[in-house]
Amino acid sequence: MNTRQLAKVAKRIGFWALIALIMVYAVFPFYYAVVTSLKPSSDLFRVELWPSSWNLDNYAHIFSQTSFLRAIFNSIVVAFSVVFIALLFGLTASYALGRVRFRGRSTVLLVILGVSMFPQVAVLSGLFEVIRSLNLYNNPAGLILSYTIFTLPFTVWVLTTFMKQLPMELEEAAIMDGATPWVTLTKVFLPLMWPAMATTGLLAFIAAWNEFLFALTFTLTDAQRTVPVAIALLSGGSAYELPWGPIMAASVVVTVPLVVLVIIFQRRIVSGLTAGAVKG
Amino acid sequence: MSTSIKHNDAPLEARSIITKPRRGTKVRRQRVKAAWLFLAPMLVALTLVAGWPLVRTFFLSFTDASLSDLGAANLIGFENYLIYEDGRWYGVLADPIWWRSVWNTVYFSVVSVSLEVIFGVIVALILNAEFKGRVIVRAAVLIPWAIPTIVSAQMWAWMLNDQFGIINHLLMNVGIIDNPIAWTASATYSMWAVIMVDVWKTIPFVALLVLAALQMLPKDCYEAAEVDGIHPLRVFFKVTLPLITPALMVAVIFRLLDALRVFDVIYVLTSNSTSTMSMSVYARQQLVEFQDVGYGSAASTLLFLIIALATIAYLYLGRKQIQLGGD
Repeated sequence: MNTRQLAKVAKRIGFWALIALIMVYAVFPFYYAVVTSLKPSSDLFRVELWPSSWNLDNYAHIFSQTSFLRAIFNSIVVAFSVVFIALLFGLTASYALGRVRFRGRSTVLLVILGVSMFPQVAVLSGLFEVIRSLNLYNNPAGLILSYTIFTLPFTVWVLTTFMKQLPMELEEAAIMDGATPWVTLTKVFLPLMWPAMATTGLLAFIAAWNEFLFALTFTLTDAQRTVPVAIALLSGGSAYELPWGPIMAASVVVTVPLVVLVIIFQRRIVSGLTAGAVKG
Repeated sequence: MSTSIKHNDAPLEARSIITKPRRGTKVRRQRVKAAWLFLAPMLVALTLVAGWPLVRTFFLSFTDASLSDLGAANLIGFENYLIYEDGRWYGVLADPIWWRSVWNTVYFSVVSVSLEVIFGVIVALILNAEFKGRVIVRAAVLIPWAIPTIVSAQMWAWMLNDQFGIINHLLMNVGIIDNPIAWTASATYSMWAVIMVDVWKTIPFVALLVLAALQMLPKDCYEAAEVDGIHPLRVFFKVTLPLITPALMVAVIFRLLDALRVFDVIYVLTSNSTSTMSMSVYARQQLVEFQDVGYGSAASTLLFLIIALATIAYLYLGRKQIQLGGD
């Protein structure tokens, strides 16, 4: 083997080593959480990469708590409602912004872009007031309402870029046949928009599922909390004895659906993220 | 619209030619009306959750409102921001903890976004190469992005635990450190712990944006460079980097805006400790924990202004790279 071939082999080894490093870096924290969650509490404080003994006590523990089950239920309700509202409002708005030329269009786009850059804290006190005056404080409905601030601009933005790419002819034919804009949208465009809607819906779902600041501020009792808050407050008790086993079990429970979604829909997620950003 | 044509005088063919645009305008008008109707739900929702609350936050920052009784607020001018009383300055702008949180936020943003861009580009370059199992690696890289921030903060808090954490364990076994480090509690290391978690979580985002840009690059100039025997590093800096700069700019602004409003990671990892407190944590602490809505709103308003200024400056500087909405 001459030096040239040697260099080539070294390069390949280096390349695969780098890939292995990236894989470990990306996956290890999650893997370690799974390992920790499976350990019996007596083994919890022994550091090991593979549990020497394991059981499902931590999972049994969190699932026996009604507050955690409530939190999962709340998170599911909130996330699905947010996705539904964002897609419904986003679809109509994106038709207007993507297919119709009218005065004020670019202003509306600018406003949407501006809102998507809002720091959530900047509206915290004002939004608190709105939610309280609508009687939605400590109510998941208040979260559904407030989450539109970050899901809606994003959904509109991405759906508009998709909507623009649809061929002109489709719409012209519909107009020729005397279809109203509503019919054009629901009968002609909607069937074509499903892939884009799946993508944005997925991203909105993840954003709503993960949100923390509003959920922490606008809810008060265990029964109304969402999962991220429930997990964060599991540790709230005392600074010295955190229930790490149950925390990790709860973390795994809320993360597994997301990881599965990501692995199944990775292509869609990538296209949604890049459509939202590159074209923005 | 200006289509006041007298039909009776016009000959038959001419009339049909003239009426055609008229029909067009009617359709057009109907479409514009429909457009606004279609926009209405979104505009109403955004006004309710963004526009109006923002205005109220501005307003509340000039009052002495408290969380328990928002209605009973008196206008007090700029007192929440800055006031000179009995030989001392008071208000957010005179609070050293506020300035500490501004510094923390800026430091956190600059360091973590820089690291994310560097590592994100490296990961993207690797994912751009053709190799077996690329799809699996890409899915694995996406995992940190999908994990809720709270959960990743908890996972890392456990790994960084001073007595039982695996990171101290590994570092001590390898011999890099002699005594366990209190990552999340010590003033020196807690900021790095926060940055570590944030970088871990957001590399995928940057990597995917850069990857999308890389995949749109023309293949031929790379072939030409290879034929000419130019060193890959040189090709990267002379060809690739300039071509992906627009995508990088977008990634940087998205990340920077996100980093400037950071809350979750810091709140969970280090709670309200001043050595890592960000502007968002500061504002929320005043608002919710100290119930001082007026003061907290003043901090929120300042945060909003800082982010708005940063955005405008960035857009102004990178005007050419970012286009609004396409056509």
